[in-house]
Amino acid sequence: MISRRALLSGAVAAAAAGTLAACGKKESPSSSSSGGTKQITLGFSQVGSESGWRSANTSSVKDAAAAAGINLKFSDAQQKQENQIQAIRDYIAQKVDVISFSPVVSSGWDTVLKEAQAAKIPVILTDRQVDSSQDLWVSLVGSDFEIEGERAAHLLEKVLQGATGAVNIAVLEGTTGSAPATQRAAGFKKVMDASHPDWKIVASQTGDFTRDGGKQVMAAFLTSHPEINVLFAHNDDMALGAIQSIQAAGKKPGTDIKIVSIDGVHDGFVAMAAGQINAIAECNPLLGPQLMDAVKKVLAGQTLEKWIKTQEADFVAADAAAALPNRKY
Amino acid sequence: MSRVVRHHLFWPAAILIALLLFNLPFTPNFFAIHVRNGHLYGSLVSILIFGTPLILVALGMTLVIATGGIDLSVGAVMAIAGALACWYISRQPDQNSVGAVLIAVALALAACVLLGLWNGFLVARIGVQPIIATLVLMVAGRGIAQLITGGFIITVLSKPYATIGGYAFTAPTGVFIVTLAVVAMLALTRRTALGLLVESVGGNSEASRLAGVRARRIKIMVYIFCALLAGIAGLMNSSNLSDADANHAGLWIELDAILAVVIGGTPLTGGRFSIGGSVLGALILQTLKTTIFTIGIPSQANMVFEAAVVIIVCLIQSPDFRRRLMAPFRSAPPPPAPAAVSTQEPVEVSS
Repeated sequence: MISRRALLSGAVAAAAAGTLAACGKKESPSSSSSGGTKQITLGFSQVGSESGWRSANTSSVKDAAAAAGINLKFSDAQQKQENQIQAIRDYIAQKVDVISFSPVVSSGWDTVLKEAQAAKIPVILTDRQVDSSQDLWVSLVGSDFEIEGERAAHLLEKVLQGATGAVNIAVLEGTTGSAPATQRAAGFKKVMDASHPDWKIVASQTGDFTRDGGKQVMAAFLTSHPEINVLFAHNDDMALGAIQSIQAAGKKPGTDIKIVSIDGVHDGFVAMAAGQINAIAECNPLLGPQLMDAVKKVLAGQTLEKWIKTQEADFVAADAAAALPNRKY
Repeated sequence: MSRVVRHHLFWPAAILIALLLFNLPFTPNFFAIHVRNGHLYGSLVSILIFGTPLILVALGMTLVIATGGIDLSVGAVMAIAGALACWYISRQPDQNSVGAVLIAVALALAACVLLGLWNGFLVARIGVQPIIATLVLMVAGRGIAQLITGGFIITVLSKPYATIGGYAFTAPTGVFIVTLAVVAMLALTRRTALGLLVESVGGNSEASRLAGVRARRIKIMVYIFCALLAGIAGLMNSSNLSDADANHAGLWIELDAILAVVIGGTPLTGGRFSIGGSVLGALILQTLKTTIFTIGIPSQANMVFEAAVVIIVCLIQSPDFRRRLMAPFRSAPPPPAPAAVSTQEPVEVSS
C-alpha cells in the first residue's frame, strides 16, 4: 500500500515536472554544452491514462528515463490523435534527440512521421503499431498480443493437466476491434485448432476490458450456459468481475470454473494467490528500461530490431504468492 | 381493455415483457429464481442488480428533462462518487468499520450535491445552455475522479460497503433503494404541487416565472436531485464491484439514461414526465443488454442489434406510427387524436 502511494506521488510530481518542462520551449539545445557526454533528450507522447496498466506504463517510462540519465519530455494525449500529433510537432520544433509515442490509433501518422524524418529525428513506437511505411519509424517496443493469446492457451493446457471430461470455454473478449482483443483471440484459437480440437468455446462476448463488463457478461453466461467450466478472459479486470458473478451463482472460481487471463495486474495476482484465477499470461507495461536502451542504441548508430518484444512471463497459481510483493501495478 | 392499452405505461411494459419472453427459448431457466449463498439468484435478479444504477440515473434525468434541460454529467458524477467513497475507505485501518463506510457515503453524496449545485448554477443563474453547462462537468468530472484514484483502480474489501450494491435481506439492496426513490419522487411530484411546477417550468420557463413560479430555484433543485441520484448510482456500481474505476464507471450512462427516459414516454422537449415510464425504460435497456449476452450474438454485431431493437421500441412508442401501421387493417376511420391526448393528467401514480 505504502509503496503504491509513494509511487503515485512520485508519478504526480514527475507529471508536474514534465508539464513544466514541456511548457518552457527554449531550453533544450543549450543542454549539450555541459561538456563530456551530451545528455540525451527524449520526447514521449503517451496515449492517456485510461487504465492502471497505462499508469504503470507511464511511471515505468519516467522512472527508466531518470535512471538512465535521459532528459524526458513527457506529454499526455488524453486519447486524442490531434494532441499526439501536436506533441510530436512540438518535439520536432524543440529538436529533441529521439521521439517516442504510443499511437492512439494505427492510421493517419504518415505526415507527422515524414516531418520527423525530414528533421532527422528517429522515432520509436511503444506498445502499439502504426500502419505507416516501416521506414518512417525505427523500432517498436511492445508486446506481441497474438503470442499472449497462445501463451494463455498453453497455460490452460497446464491448468487442465490430468483433468478429464468436456472442456466448455467461455471467453470474455476485450473491446471489440481493438488490437489486443482480436490478436489475443487469434492466438488462443491458433493453439486450440492445432492441438485441442476437443476444447469447445460455448460462449464469447465482449466485456470491454472492464470489471463491470466482465461481471455482467459472466452473470448472463452462467444462466444461459451452465455447462461452462473454463473461462478465458482477455484481461485480468474482466476475470476479476467474472469471479464475483461466479461466486454469486454459488460456484467456486478456480475450482468449478478454471480461469486463465492476460495482463498480470496487482489485483489479478491477489486473486490468483487466493486460488480464484488459475493462471495469468503477463502483458508487461514496464517497458521503460527497454525503451531507454533502444534510445541509446539508436543514437549510438546501432541498428535495432524492428520489433523489440517486451520481456514477459507466465504465472500459475502456485507462483502467485511469491510474485505478489513484486507486482508494481 | 382499450383503457389498459391507452394507459401511458402500456407500451413500455409490453415491450419489457416481450423482451423478457424473447429470452426464454435461449435460456429455458430465464425466469427461475433460486436462493444461492443466502441470497436470491437468477437472470431477473441480475437484471435488477446491474440495472439499478441506470434506473436511478434515469429517474434523476427525468426531472431534468421535464424542466426542458439535460444532464450529460451523470456518468462523471457516478465516477466521482465511487472514487471518493473508495478512496476514503481504502485509507481506513479497518475497512469493515460501519462508521467509516457511512462517512465515505456521506462524503461522496455531499460532493454530488455540490456538483449538482454547480450544474444548476450554470444553467439557472448564468443561463448557459444545459447541454453545454453539463458537458463541462462531463469532461472535467472524469478528470477529477482520475485525480482521486491516481489513475489506478482502487479495490476495497469492505463488507458493509459491499452491501450497498449487493444484497440486503436476501434481495438486491438496489430494489429497496429504487423503491424508496420512486415512492419519494411520486409523493413529492404527484401529491404536492412540485410536479406541476416542474412541468410548468419545462413547458415555458419564462411564462412560469411571470406567473410567480420560482423557475430558477426549481431548475437548481432538479439538477441537485439528479446529481444526488447519480451519486447513489455511482456508489451502488462501485460497491457492487468493490472498486473505483475512474475511467469506466458510468461511462456513457448519460446516453442510456436519456434513452430510457424517452422510451418511458417523457418527451425531450420538457413539460410532461413519467416516473414509472423511466423505470421501465431503464429496465428495457438492461434486459436488452442481458439478452445480447445470453443469445450469443457475436460482439461485432452488438451495436447493430441494440440499435435495431431501440429503433423498433421507439417506433412502437410513437402513437402516430402505430396509427399509420394499423390504418390498413382498420375498417372504420380511427377516432380523432385529441381524445387520446386528454388522458394525460398526472393522476396515474402506478409505477
